[in-house]
Amino acid sequence: MTRRLSFPVMLASMLAPILAPVLALSPVSAVAQTALPPAPYADTQLEDPALEAKARDFMLTIRCVTCQSQSIADSNASMASDLRSEIRTRIKAGEEPEAIRRWLIERYGNWISYTPTADPVLWPLWAAPVVLLLVGGTLVGTRLKRRKRP
Amino acid sequence: MRSWLLWAPLGLFVIFIGLFASGLFQPDDRQIHSGMLGKALPAFTLPAGASDRPGLSTADLKTGKPRLLNIFASWCVPCAAESPQLVELARQGVTIDGVAIRDAREDVDGFLKRWGNPYGRIGLDARSALQLSLGSSGVPESFVVDGKGIIRYQHIGEIRPEHIAVIRQKLAEAAQ
Repeated sequence: MTRRLSFPVMLASMLAPILAPVLALSPVSAVAQTALPPAPYADTQLEDPALEAKARDFMLTIRCVTCQSQSIADSNASMASDLRSEIRTRIKAGEEPEAIRRWLIERYGNWISYTPTADPVLWPLWAAPVVLLLVGGTLVGTRLKRRKRP
Repeated sequence: MRSWLLWAPLGLFVIFIGLFASGLFQPDDRQIHSGMLGKALPAFTLPAGASDRPGLSTADLKTGKPRLLNIFASWCVPCAAESPQLVELARQGVTIDGVAIRDAREDVDGFLKRWGNPYGRIGLDARSALQLSLGSSGVPESFVVDGKGIIRYQHIGEIRPEHIAVIRQKLAEAAQ
């Protein structure tokens, strides 16, 4: 009895020599710049769900310095994963997110935080809603007054 | 009063256009400068990053003499491009300490064998911990550290031949 190979097996055996180098290379490109395994808490959640939620909420507000328009929670850059691990380790050790934010701002500037601070340069930003409400209110007020007169 | 108000929207519009136009023509600066300039080095102890050089700790950088702290990695291409300049600085008598980021000792050994070894000491920072506490955002970066361990200057990106003079000048300023 002759052994017959099914079509998918045949196709796979034909493609194997072509695909092998690609598959062999892909793990290298996946970890990008470094051959090291990711830091312990880079892609592993904390055991305590409450602490993990705290770390996760915080990481969403920290900018990745490599991919400058992503938060470190979204970024695959090696520096972002190292920072995620650092933050999870610190939160596990009982450090408060805001203390870590201050530590990061001291090193990288306000720029690293997506949450606006109370820095004087940002006062116009905080004042804007109040100022716009006042301007809108007076506009409406004068309009209504004028309409009553005739 | 009324006529002034009528012109206000147009005025605002012109101000906005001016703002956007000036933003368009301003050169883009995506560099993140460290906030640690003028501050003391963070305390750290790193294991040896290469098999023929000792590791690096804060105490090694407080020797009374300014030093260059170079952040590099064997996987980093601009770091290889920077090597000849570091070798030249070392030849001129500059003490250079290296920190290998997210690296493995055998890879660093290979890198140094290929591109030259200008380093006195090399620390291995496998999880970027020192890099983060220095406010450094990539490789390569170099810091001029004075004799007391205070960070005096940060050079972002590779040191090209035209930067050697600046580095030497900053080291001389740190010596004063």
